[in-house]
Amino acid sequence: MLAVVGTTPDQDFPLVAGKVTLHGDRIHIQGNDVSVNRGTHALLAAAIKTAEALGHSGTFGYLVGDIGLGDGSRLLYEYLTKHIREYDFHTIVFHYMQPDVDWHNRVLFAVEEMNRRPVLIADAGFMYAAKMSGQALAYDLFTPDVGELAFLADENAPHPFYTRGFILHEENSVPDLISRAYRHENASRFLLVKGRKDYLADQEGIRATVDNPAEKAMEAIGGTGDTLTGIVAALINAGGEIDESAVIAAKVNRLAGHYARPSPATQVTEIIHHIPRALADLLRGKKCIQN
Amino acid sequence: MPLLNLLFRQRLPKTQKRNPDRGILVFENTSEVIRAENILKTEGWEIRVMGPPPEIQHGCDLVIEFPLIEELNILRSLQEAEISPLEAVPASSPLLQPVDILQITDYGPYLMVRAANMKLTVEKETLTIVNISGGGCPDVPYLAKEMVGKTLKDTPRPREIGHTLCGYALDLACEDMGRRCSL
Repeated sequence: MLAVVGTTPDQDFPLVAGKVTLHGDRIHIQGNDVSVNRGTHALLAAAIKTAEALGHSGTFGYLVGDIGLGDGSRLLYEYLTKHIREYDFHTIVFHYMQPDVDWHNRVLFAVEEMNRRPVLIADAGFMYAAKMSGQALAYDLFTPDVGELAFLADENAPHPFYTRGFILHEENSVPDLISRAYRHENASRFLLVKGRKDYLADQEGIRATVDNPAEKAMEAIGGTGDTLTGIVAALINAGGEIDESAVIAAKVNRLAGHYARPSPATQVTEIIHHIPRALADLLRGKKCIQN
Repeated sequence: MPLLNLLFRQRLPKTQKRNPDRGILVFENTSEVIRAENILKTEGWEIRVMGPPPEIQHGCDLVIEFPLIEELNILRSLQEAEISPLEAVPASSPLLQPVDILQITDYGPYLMVRAANMKLTVEKETLTIVNISGGGCPDVPYLAKEMVGKTLKDTPRPREIGHTLCGYALDLACEDMGRRCSL
């Protein structure tokens, strides 16, 4: 089963843990119902769409309300340290959480004690905490954008807000940033870097790039990175190898974006609708995912 | 047309320096830092928002660098505003400099400003915020919910309703966008 850990932008939203379903543009979990717009909701919606297209079901969510004060995140961190071992997840995605190194480490210790070690994916705030803790290599996949990659490459930066200028200036040289991130052990086993060109990399270097179809407007659309993370997580959970799933996910996300004929004002929900069609088009005749 | 001459612009990063006459104010959370910054800047104090030294970094932190000689006066100002820093200590090591490189992408009818990991996109004709992307702290989806669909004039500012470094970065993008749109 796939588990997704994240936050919802509503201070009154309770801490919930349970199966997540998607009805139209709404996510349902434990009697609560939220719109799919961006952030962890968009990730969940993309993961569910992908899983359904693959004939899988049963995405599990850990969600809590947090508008940036960190209180909800800390509640969820604590909950995870006590309860994450109760399930046998194949893949866990950690997403929008208030970065907190101490709590991150406690959650990672709890995960390490699970009966079966899941595939670990981190993005957004949890990825920031994973890097800052020095535990990046404990993860199987990070999904940074190019700005976040520069942060991973800067061994001194505790948050993208502090990435040093001379490293930010290297953004056009993604391979150099990837190499620097691995040199300082601030990258996971695989990196899927999203941008005008998507890169799959590991310790050995660039494994693949995806740059077609190209929709320049995608960079401006909030949530398109979240959908990519959701798609790759669902593919891995369905039995795909991490590297192969990452490349397929990059293509699916681009194709879904292309089908939405996006402008910089397009909302991510319009792209999510096209994920099943994009996935079907790409997988037609391709037997890399177990149904 | 308020958005003429939208050229790619970069501000060079400042160098990190150790200042023996400077101290740092440490707060419980980023929201308090932003409130304190607003108050101290309004009162004309020479302060800067910076990254904390490594020994007190937790993950999403800001501190305020201030002239040590003015410590009592600055603390009094904060006390009057009912803000209490956790501690005020001399800056013993170089502080991290926040990103101050802004990148601009012109999409024709739309303009995007990126500050650090945060991107803000507006429709030029109406100055409506059409998208907010990037970032990883939990106030990013919240800020997007509150700001997308509003005009630059009507939107709440991230420095007023945001709480994290991502919110702070978005405010830099918002401020720059306002300048470019002659607001």
